[in-house]
Amino acid sequence: MSFLRFESLKKEFGKFVAVRDMSLDVERGEFISLLGPSGCGKTTTLQMVAGLLQPTSGRILLDGKDITNMRPDKRGLGIVFQSYALFPHMTATENVAFGLEMRGVGKADRLARAHAALEQVRLSQFAHRYPKDMSGGQRQRVALARALVIEPPVLLLDEPLSNLDAKLREEMRIELRLLQQDIGVTTILVTHDQEEALSMSDRIVVMQQGDVAQIAAPLDLYERPTNTFVSDFVGTTNLLTGQVSQPGKVSVKGTDIDVDTASAGVGAHVTLSIRPEKFRLSDEKSNQEVRIDAAIFLGSSWLYRVTGQLGELFITQPNTGAAGYAKGDTAFLDWPKGALTLFEDAV
Amino acid sequence: MPTKNFNKTPYALTAPGVLFFTALLGAPVVMTFVLSLHSYDFTTGIQSDWTLANYADVLGDSYFHKIFARTFGLGLLVTAICVLIGVPEAYVLSRLSSRWRSIFLLVVLGPLLISVVVRTLGWALLFGGNGILTMIAQALGFSDEPVSLMFTFTGMTIALVHVLVPFMVISVWASLQKIDPQSEDAALSLGASKFTVLRRITLPQAMPGILSGSIIVFALTASAFATPAIIGGRRMKVVATAAYDEYLSTLNWPLGATIAVLLLLANIVIIVSFNKLIERRYAKVFE
Ligand SMILES: Nc1ncnc2c1ncn2[C@@H]1O[C@H](COP(=O)(O)OP(=O)(O)OP(=O)(O)O)[C@@H](O)[C@H]1O
Ligand SMILES: [Mg+2]
Repeated sequence: MSFLRFESLKKEFGKFVAVRDMSLDVERGEFISLLGPSGCGKTTTLQMVAGLLQPTSGRILLDGKDITNMRPDKRGLGIVFQSYALFPHMTATENVAFGLEMRGVGKADRLARAHAALEQVRLSQFAHRYPKDMSGGQRQRVALARALVIEPPVLLLDEPLSNLDAKLREEMRIELRLLQQDIGVTTILVTHDQEEALSMSDRIVVMQQGDVAQIAAPLDLYERPTNTFVSDFVGTTNLLTGQVSQPGKVSVKGTDIDVDTASAGVGAHVTLSIRPEKFRLSDEKSNQEVRIDAAIFLGSSWLYRVTGQLGELFITQPNTGAAGYAKGDTAFLDWPKGALTLFEDAV
Repeated sequence: MPTKNFNKTPYALTAPGVLFFTALLGAPVVMTFVLSLHSYDFTTGIQSDWTLANYADVLGDSYFHKIFARTFGLGLLVTAICVLIGVPEAYVLSRLSSRWRSIFLLVVLGPLLISVVVRTLGWALLFGGNGILTMIAQALGFSDEPVSLMFTFTGMTIALVHVLVPFMVISVWASLQKIDPQSEDAALSLGASKFTVLRRITLPQAMPGILSGSIIVFALTASAFATPAIIGGRRMKVVATAAYDEYLSTLNWPLGATIAVLLLLANIVIIVSFNKLIERRYAKVFE
């Protein structure tokens, strides 16, 4: 049996259903992300695990034990809140040592462990600062140290990186992931940032308005989304609507495209999804001629908006060092077979 | 001449307020101080000499020592009771659902909407020898005698606490509002019981509000006039009523002025040093 298990978790606020029917098995040491747009119920789910919200129905099992009705102070889980929620009247050390004090750890021992935890997040020299005298990134790391020092069976992170600037966020992503693997703590991360989820997780749970849209490993999720919501939300994609004209062919705006139509019958309305980076844009003639509407240089790649027979498309091409296409140029479009994913739900 | 970048705007903007206070507060205080330096003769009235004799009189007279001690004792007691009542009240208020909160906030602030004289006369009716307090005590068989809290320290304390608790509640409530509720959740998740959270997380964060509420209540008690005058009367004089009596009964204005100046000085010293204490302790923690 899995280490942490949600059984049909449901949470209603009055008539509003924040989480509809959430079931999930988390293995020991696994890093799971809850990914979804704002208001989809991520924090609500996390708070139910933490015991700060009582589920309307369903069960939570930790290591085989039902903890659904256990008080939050008895669960012993480590939580990093969206706002960090540091204690403003305590120094970094006192913040970190608080959880140990609650566990009855002696003063000398808990100070030593608090310092070790602060060292782990590279904050030793800020041990005696108050939260208001620290930067967002430092506060975030104090919050992390405070959650980790109690050696929790499960670490819950609610958008811990969302208040940091882009560069620090990327650094912290790697750091957090390495730290998590070092310690081996089972972790649930809440985020609305798909890059964060893709780069850190073992598995990702995509949520949509209180429902689970898909649970998969990052690569699977990116390459094989099972519905248009996931393919649109995770990464960017081009969605084309069309109709199956014959087995193996979908007609989009009058052009037949080769694609595995699988179970979709002839005449079915379908959606095709293709990632911007799967296209190849070149001067070699193909049957897809496009005009460049906009060209944006992103450093490691070029982003183009083009118009052709299929309508408007977004395309990214790696930067090879050569000059890219410019607005108004024409080019030819190609893509490998299998780059297209077909969904039977029409958008 | 070197041109300094001198910005006049802040001075111009504060000028009306400064003028207002100088004219209406500063001038009377200065005049009171000047008055306290003249001597008084029962036959010829206020003299035009300069002397510190009034100060020597007040500071050397055990009658005034008692009045000053009573005033500041009253201030401390009322402040302590206001903390004991106001802090839990503000905490409960901050936990109520928003509908109940606005109802109870109105109840708490209600006393402030009634004139202090009317309110105190109400207490006088309750406390008096043939008041409701006596009726209840006699009906319950506690006493055959009339029970009166009029002209007692206890009566003054009760009436002042009633008047001043709202200031404590508002002050504490404002600082409770600023607390991130997630910091309490965080403490819970770290294994603190609800009571520990209250004691170690909520209360310390509400401390600035409790302390500034205490300053307000203490200052208002030490300089209170209407309530001590009505409930305490001549028998339970405090500094403010003593000064009033010197002015209007004895007509010894310089002595009254001296008492008033000493009250002001004592108040300033106590409040400023208390405030320093707070700042030293808390400025580094809270923005
Ligand atoms: N106490 C509450 N009462 C009523 N509705 C609530 C309450 N808490 C949350 N909700 C609603 O439940 C839904 C899910 O909220 P939740 O906080 O879980 O969102 P989220 O996915 O964490 O979003 P974000 O990314 O913005 O933090 C929201 O629509 C929110 O309005
Ligand atoms: Mg949230």
